[in-house]
Amino acid sequence: MNAVTGTADDVDGFVVVGASLAGLRAVESARRAGYRGRITLIGAEEHLPYDRPPLSKAFLTGPDTPVYLATEAALRDDLGVDLRLGQRVTALHPDEGVVAAGGGLVPYQRLLIATGARARTLHPLPVLPGVVTLRSLDDARAIRAALGRARRVVVVGGGFIGAEIASSARTLGASVTIVEAAPTPLVRAVGEVVGAALCVMHERYGTELRCGVQVSELIGRDHVEGVLLANGQIVPADLVVVGVGALPATGWLAGSGVELDQRDGAVVCDEYLQTSVDGVYAAGDLVRWPNAVFGSSMRLENWTSAAEQGTRAAVNALVPARRAPYASVPYFWSDWYGQRIQFVGTAQADSVVFVSGDPAADRFVALLRRGDRLVGAATLNEPSKIMKYRRFIAQDDGWAAASAFSRDGGQPVRP
Amino acid sequence: MRIVVDRARCSGIGICESLDPSHFEIGDDGALMLLSDIAAEDDDTVLEAVRSCPALALSVQPE
Repeated sequence: MNAVTGTADDVDGFVVVGASLAGLRAVESARRAGYRGRITLIGAEEHLPYDRPPLSKAFLTGPDTPVYLATEAALRDDLGVDLRLGQRVTALHPDEGVVAAGGGLVPYQRLLIATGARARTLHPLPVLPGVVTLRSLDDARAIRAALGRARRVVVVGGGFIGAEIASSARTLGASVTIVEAAPTPLVRAVGEVVGAALCVMHERYGTELRCGVQVSELIGRDHVEGVLLANGQIVPADLVVVGVGALPATGWLAGSGVELDQRDGAVVCDEYLQTSVDGVYAAGDLVRWPNAVFGSSMRLENWTSAAEQGTRAAVNALVPARRAPYASVPYFWSDWYGQRIQFVGTAQADSVVFVSGDPAADRFVALLRRGDRLVGAATLNEPSKIMKYRRFIAQDDGWAAASAFSRDGGQPVRP
Repeated sequence: MRIVVDRARCSGIGICESLDPSHFEIGDDGALMLLSDIAAEDDDTVLEAVRSCPALALSVQPE
């Protein structure tokens, strides 16, 4: 072990599979932590790591200018990364310490799995031209082009991606209908009360929202012409965007010995983000791990946790002296119709209290309570408040502290 | 070192405030306020906040 940095000097060969946010943060973090061995970053897409949040928002309504998170020179020259783009990793063989990629084998001593998630589809409904999902930059380019022509858009799924795409389509002047199978959208992400409150915005900005109804058929021969709902109604459409969630992109790990969650294929990790296989770590959307802040296991699909997990997993894999559990209060944000939504914590709560505004208002602060604890906070257009509540969530007396803070008008208490 | 905010990029997401409330705070209008734009060269908390900006709006310059 290196006495100065605490890195394991006998380790030479850190392979990161997945060149998006978590993978990028991992290679940056490895170098910053003093790791001097070889690093290989393998990405299935041809693109340099790019920023995904704009793909459902500004990228659809503005110029075709993706935001890249790093330059090729920064990766190859500054960080000394062996960058392999356009290579899909197809298998992991832990006994031999290799992954199969691009027709060859890449040896590793420490491995980070960061292949993210893939968009769920309406399978077994057949794929028809004009029916699209959004996950990658190439997907976003296709939707962006289609939105330029579309007059009637149906978005299947009222979650965050669906709502953001609906908002973008409205901005471009299309008539938009969201079809959501659940009675209320967003229940898993923010709970029923906050989900219903946020969806008030759809009506306010002219998007039709139909809840509690499934899509039973996609209508059209050469191109989609509409969707048939389970209640017999037909909604005409020249573009159908399917936003019904994402599943861990872990098919390539089948049979590798890495434990996957039977329900969704997530990679099961310990609190250090190590998988069931020694020396193999994971980060990002595909990770299920025990989050000590809440005493429960979680899988998160958001920017913040992908960045944090990539950073932490690399250190844990390569620097034994700085190994630490990953525990975090989740945070995500979304923008609909130019309005800023922010959420911290978890939606697994007993009750919800609006401490400012109300569910129909164009700005509010809602606190989510479980027992004596503040477990979550949701805001609409209250950007100065949200991070103050994030701090209370990690505290045992968080509900009392948050209540006192909100009674003071939510102003920061300064010494 | 001095903290620099690219106002054209910043959208008030607030991860900087969460990591280092002594330097960063989001105002009611959603704009980032720098409570102090000066930090020690080895202030890892500031550097982490700068690195963690989802909008790539933060940087540091030598004084």
